Amino acid sequence: MNDMTTLPVTDAPPLEMQGVTFIHRGQRLLEPLDLHLTGCRRTLVMGPNGAGKSLLMRLAHGLLTPSAGRVHWEGRPPRQAMVFQRPVLLRRSALANLAYALAVNGTPRRDRKPRARQALERFGLAALEKRPARVLSGGEQQRLALARAWLLDPEVLFLDEPTSALDPAAIKAVEDAVQEFHNRGTRIVMSSHDLHQARRLADDVLFLCRGRLIEHTPTETFFTAPASSQARAFIRGDLVL
Amino acid sequence: MSDDANAFQTALALILGRDPDLVGIVVLSLQISLTAVLIAALIGLPLGAALALWRFPGHSVIVVALNALMGLPPVVAGLSVYLLLSRAGPLGELGMLFTPGAMVIAQIILVLPIIAALARQQVEELFQEYREQLTSLGLSRLRMIPTLLWDARLGLVTVVLAGFGRASAEVGAVMIVGGNIDGVTRVMTTAIVLETSKGNLPLALGLGLVLLSLVALVNAAAYLMSETARRRLG
Repeated sequence: MNDMTTLPVTDAPPLEMQGVTFIHRGQRLLEPLDLHLTGCRRTLVMGPNGAGKSLLMRLAHGLLTPSAGRVHWEGRPPRQAMVFQRPVLLRRSALANLAYALAVNGTPRRDRKPRARQALERFGLAALEKRPARVLSGGEQQRLALARAWLLDPEVLFLDEPTSALDPAAIKAVEDAVQEFHNRGTRIVMSSHDLHQARRLADDVLFLCRGRLIEHTPTETFFTAPASSQARAFIRGDLVL
Repeated sequence: MSDDANAFQTALALILGRDPDLVGIVVLSLQISLTAVLIAALIGLPLGAALALWRFPGHSVIVVALNALMGLPPVVAGLSVYLLLSRAGPLGELGMLFTPGAMVIAQIILVLPIIAALARQQVEELFQEYREQLTSLGLSRLRMIPTLLWDARLGLVTVVLAGFGRASAEVGAVMIVGGNIDGVTRVMTTAIVLETSKGNLPLALGLGLVLLSLVALVNAAAYLMSETARRRLG
């Protein structure tokens, strides 16, 4: 599963982060960080709470501007989408939520509903198309958020702890969806503090601790030969502070 | 005491008999207040949303000013419009003083700050929630405005209602710029003042009852509407 040679090909431009720092109200939340993400890999951003996982993803996705350093896509910025821990859905039906995303990215009106329906079907939500998005269950809402991201056909997909509030069945659905994105050639950057999830999904692991990028290694290496004491403790299940 | 009881009975008779004077006054009142609220909402809702989305130098001055203007005494609003529209005033040539148009303008000035200030609060709250998602989808701030207004619609109904309440209840502004001319600019509140001072309590009371029921009716309708929608939309 983590065999690099079987990865789908993508022409998404590499992401280069150089000396990226984030300071909020005088507090340094992210120490200068260098990162290079390429290809169509599934990168899991791991680390304890408050390590800076969400921050790193928001900086990479462009929701936040770094206090110092630069975030740079080589060539052109790719099509991107982000799925959040708590899905943000509009106060309208499931179908209308998807049609809205298509309207925003300029899809002609007549194509929106058919494409939205296809996406609902793909993510097992076809029966819920008329239901208001905000009365769906947590798992259904997250699948709807994934369906929305799917319609945007992203080259790079960011997921910020998308499964942390879900039950096992819903987690499975999200992981299957991530796999589908991967098969389509989307680069995945996903944060999680679930080690099993990393074993199941990741091609490589970014390990953060207290605002520092400690390791960036293939998953295999991360679990069998972690270089840092923090990562070793994290993998053992010790409380890493 | 029996006079009051008589007045109450006469008032009911006027209402049930659809007294033409009474009906004329009620219709004119509604026309003026609804027009004023409609225009104030068309300006105030996007204005409130813009204030919620953008920070610029002077932003807090505008926000504080709007909040303060929510408590603007109607007579002061009336006086300002009077000075503006009077023969010697800058807009005197329009000849609008003592017309329903002038009353609409005065009520817009009273209602606009309420709608803009309350809409700003509602939209700001929603913006906190939607901001990252909408930014991630690639929306500019300008394109977020219609989305936020539409998704805040349940709360904004109440905002517009608050504006309607202010418009239909105030008397000072419409009295000054309208002049309470019979059949032309006489509305419910000014008529109540006049009839009370004349001692014609039945008509005053009848108008008061109509005003009260109209406001209650509009509020009940809006409440039902937003409650059903809230339950449906979650």
